[in-house]
Parts: sequence; C-alpha cells; structure tokens
Amino acid sequence: MNYNVDKDGFYGEYGGAYIPELLHPNVEELKLKYLDLIQSPNFQKEFKNLLKDYVGRPSPLYFSERLSEKYGFQIYLKREDLNHTGAHKINNTLGQILLAEKLGKKRIIAETGAGQHGVATATVCALKGLECIVYMGAKDIKRQKPNVERMKMLGAKVVPVHSGSKTLKDATNEAIRDWINHPEETHYIIGSVVGPHPYPDMVAIFQSVISEEIKIQMDGNPDYIIACVGGGSNAMGAYYHFLDDREVKLIGVEAAGEGVKTNKTAATIALGKPGVLHASYSYLIQDEDGQIVEPHSISAGLDYPGIGPAHSFYNDVKRVKYVSITDQEALKAGLELCKIEGIIPALESAHALAYLKYLRAKPNERVIINLSGRGDKDLHTYINYLNK
Amino acid sequence: MKNKLKQLFETKKDNLLSIYFSSGFPTLESTTTIIETLGENHVDFMEVGIPFSDPLADGPTIQESSKIALDNGMNLKLLFNQLYNIKESNTKPLIMMGYWNSVLQFGVENFLKACVKTNISGAILPDLPLEIYERKYQALFESYNIPMVFLITPHTSEERIRKIDQLSNAFIYAVSSSSTTGNKTGIEGAKEYLQRIKNYQLKSPIITGFNIKNKEDYQFACQFTNGVVIGSAFIKAINKEGDLKKNILDFLSEFELKPRNL
Repeated sequence: MNYNVDKDGFYGEYGGAYIPELLHPNVEELKLKYLDLIQSPNFQKEFKNLLKDYVGRPSPLYFSERLSEKYGFQIYLKREDLNHTGAHKINNTLGQILLAEKLGKKRIIAETGAGQHGVATATVCALKGLECIVYMGAKDIKRQKPNVERMKMLGAKVVPVHSGSKTLKDATNEAIRDWINHPEETHYIIGSVVGPHPYPDMVAIFQSVISEEIKIQMDGNPDYIIACVGGGSNAMGAYYHFLDDREVKLIGVEAAGEGVKTNKTAATIALGKPGVLHASYSYLIQDEDGQIVEPHSISAGLDYPGIGPAHSFYNDVKRVKYVSITDQEALKAGLELCKIEGIIPALESAHALAYLKYLRAKPNERVIINLSGRGDKDLHTYINYLNK
Repeated sequence: MKNKLKQLFETKKDNLLSIYFSSGFPTLESTTTIIETLGENHVDFMEVGIPFSDPLADGPTIQESSKIALDNGMNLKLLFNQLYNIKESNTKPLIMMGYWNSVLQFGVENFLKACVKTNISGAILPDLPLEIYERKYQALFESYNIPMVFLITPHTSEERIRKIDQLSNAFIYAVSSSSTTGNKTGIEGAKEYLQRIKNYQLKSPIITGFNIKNKEDYQFACQFTNGVVIGSAFIKAINKEGDLKKNILDFLSEFELKPRNL
C-alpha cells in the first residue's frame, strides 16, 4: 500500500488543496518546487548542518530503565525535548525557512497555539534575518504568556486574534487571511501536517528526521511507536520511515480532554467525521451543519479541531491505531516521568506516556515513545494540578 | 425552468449590480426582507451567503455577520426553507455563496436538489478549487443545471482564466485585488487587471467583486466588466439601528438606480 501523498495531493480521499483562487499562485508555486528544492544537495547540506549544530541533533534514543521496570516491557524515549527551543517543532521551521529563502520570500507568517511553533518560527527567522509575524489567539496569549515574551525577544511581531474562539484554529484562519492579502512576498510556515497540499507532505518530510534517526539508533525495528497527535506532526515524523514496515505497530494518542463523551475534548478521530477545514479534507470535530466545534485539551498543542489528512487515511486503512487519553491521565503520566526519570515532559508528550498503562506488550518487546517536547512551558499547569 | 441568471445575462449586459448578504443577519428572519427589498429596487441579482464558523477568505465585516447569523441559529436547512417560501414572489436570480464544508455536510446532491427546488440560479463556493470540481463534482452540478461560478484574481494566469471561461456557464467573478473581502480601500489599482480581462474577450460575463464600496467603484468597474457585487459595504450599511428596509433603501439610494425602461 502507498502511505505517501499521491500526485494530486491526497492520502486516499483525504488532504487536497481546498483553497480559494486567491491562494492558488502561492500554493501552486510551493507544489511545483518543494520536492526539487528539498532534494537539492545544497539544501540538504545546509539543512543537515543546521540540524546538527544549531538544533543539536541527533536527539538521543534513551532506554528508560525505570519506566521499563514499572511497565514490564522495554521502553525507549526519543528525546525531541532536548532540541533547541524544546520540541520537535524546530525540525519543520528550519526546513521551511530554508525553503522560503530559496523561494525569495522576505516575510514569514505563522500561527501558533501554545506558542511552541511560534517560538520555533521566530527563532529561525532571527537566524535568517527575516521578518516574522505570528498570529496567536487572544485567549492563548493570556494563557501562554512566557512564550509570547520569548517570541518578542526573538524579534517577532505577535498579532492577537480576536475572531471566532480566539484560539489556534482562529489564529490559523488569520494567518491564511494574511497570506491572501500578501501573496507575493510572504511564506506561510504552517506548524503541523495540516493545511493544503503540499504542506502535510512537506512538514512530514522535515519531521521524518525523527524516524530516520531511530532507524540508525536502534538495532532492528521496534515493536511499537507511540506518539501524541494534535495536528500530528511529531507522530508523522516518528512513523515516517516505518510506515512500510508492517510489523512495527504505530499508535497515535489523541487528547480526550475531559473525556471523549463530554463536549470538552480534542479527540478528532474518535469523534469527528470528515470535512474541510484550513484547506484540507480530513476528520474534524464539527456539528451536523459542518460548523467547527471548539475543542478542549489541557495541552494547548493538542487543542485543535482537525488532524492531518495522512492520519485520517492511516486510521481508515488501519495502519495506525488511534486512542485517546484524558487531561487527568496525561497530568499523572507527566508527573510520573518527572519522579521516575527526572524528565519534565510537555503535556502533549505526556499523553503518549499515559498510554503505556494500556499497552499490552510482551516483556522483550521494544516500545518507543516520541517525547516530542519538554514541559517548561507547562509548569504552571502541573503546579496548579499538584496544588489542587 | 429556465435559469434566471442566464436569462438576465441575455437581456442585460452592462452596469449589473448585485449584492452579497449573510443570510440570518442581522436577524434570523432578515433574509426575506433583504431579498424582497433589493429585488423591488433594481438590484439585478443577489448572492445569498451561507454562514460558516471559519470563513477564511473573508475580512472582518463578513466574519462578524457570519458569526451573528450562526448565533441567530441560521443553517442551510432553515435557509432553504426561507428561500422556498419566497420562490414565487421573488423574480431576481439568487446564487448560493459559502464554504465547501457547509455543502459537504448537507450532502452535495441534497444541496443541488434543494437549489433546484428553491429555484437557485448558481453557486459560488470559493474553497472548492477548479481541479477538484472538475474531477469530482462537475458532472453532478451540470446534471442539476446549477452553474458554478469561479473566482479569478489579479494573479490568475491568462491560461487559467481561459480555462475557467470554458468551464463557466454563468459568469466569472473577478476579485478586484489580492485580499480578503472588504479589506482594501478603492479599486482604482485594479485598472490594469480589469482592462486586461476585458481585452481577453471572454465568452462569459465578468462581475467584479471584493472591495466595491460606493457608486464610484461601481461605475469604475463597469467600464471594464459587466457589473459588480457589493458585499461588506452592504453588510455595514444594514448593521445599523433602525428599520432594516430603510437601511437597505438608504444604501441603494447612493447608487441612483433608476427603473429600467422595459
């Protein structure tokens, strides 16, 4: 089976570029050029050098003895939390900034929810001396103040978005509107494997360094790879080079919020039905009229009503098993890792960790958790939980 | 039944004025009053907006009106009921305009059936791109005789414009500048672009939209194209205290529309 995007930009029936004509020239330019540019030796050389010396890659694949002991199988953590800026997000923003440079773009825009992608974008813009504008929901600006300050220190302009529900989906709408209004000089760095083709594929390619390294770091294939899924970019990166290796079981962990059956959830696959949001056909949390429903998760990075189109396809063809974890379970799992391993994980990654207690693996089986980010940004939430 | 929009373009080729409004705004029941008042006062055709939670091609005015319409409880089913009730009394062509997800969740075929039943003359669905329409939906739309209207912009290539012209069976919607709706002031900057389209001598009528605010813009665009659509400026005009009908008439009076000699 082909798990990659087809020539028209679809994964099965999912994906595509449901864009207004206003965006056609931009998206078409990217579509025609992205593969050649990324594959060119110059690009690869610069990208790899920066991943090594600027980001600090390869990120370690750490065998977690105490977690393994506790759960009774072999647990490895892929330490994306050790990357510069604290998460996997920088792999993508670095790739896209090089692409933007090659395309001659002078102005960079991005959306952000928790601020991790915004920080990663502001960082690479500072590195390359490009103008950076980050759209962020007014509600998120309030709850993620330190990241807002970080972006400003890095020279980015943070634009509060007051439309709709004032969170990530609205920030994405606003970034797309900016792109419509400034089509020629601007490149839009989308933060996940969402949006119109070729973004899902392009972001997956940049994040695929995660699974490329795992293949080298591990002797033989793992039995399981577990990753959290909001839009789904860290999961795509962790799965990418294992998609054709059917013996590797892939698990995607969505945020159930307060529970899949409550209306405060972000478990898109569990709840959603397919539709079009942000120019892509994929599972969505929506009402019967197709209006997008505001999701909820304790982790701002998973608080998105959609999911990358590749994940919708992998769900339907049963290549990846999608499960969900509640806010409470994630918090407990995050705190457990602090105590057991001395690692404070991002709340997003804590969702992947929380699935360990449900996993029925054999003692000799090897399980990789993609530890997508560090938890510094979530201290406030963890502390509030502990003080309750 | 003959398509009203096609009939209109056969009889009137210049200075066409059309109005876009968000259905369900300012109140749930406004749709009927708006269509009746515009129709009685020489507006040539209307675009009935289907409110959507995430209107990514729209500027603040239409975003806000869509949000209010949704809060008022508007949805496609209700809208088609309203349109069905005025199907006999309304003589002007109506076009449905909205985002693809609304149609998708209603069911594409159900949508087309409802359009036929309510005597709708066409559809503008800006985020359903040409390529996907051709591949998956063209046959279906044509089988119900509901013309799809495509957008072109100052950055659309001549080749693509000519392709869109071939695919179009109502009119082409020329977006005046690269912007979201109602986001830029004036359309004088579009002169070179509108002249270029005029020079192409396309088979389809051209209607200019986005950022048309007043009589000057209307007259300017009509030098090059067959007419205009006004959206955001109209929505601002009816988003005022007082009688809806009076607000509509005040807005139209600026355009000095005179009864046509029949």
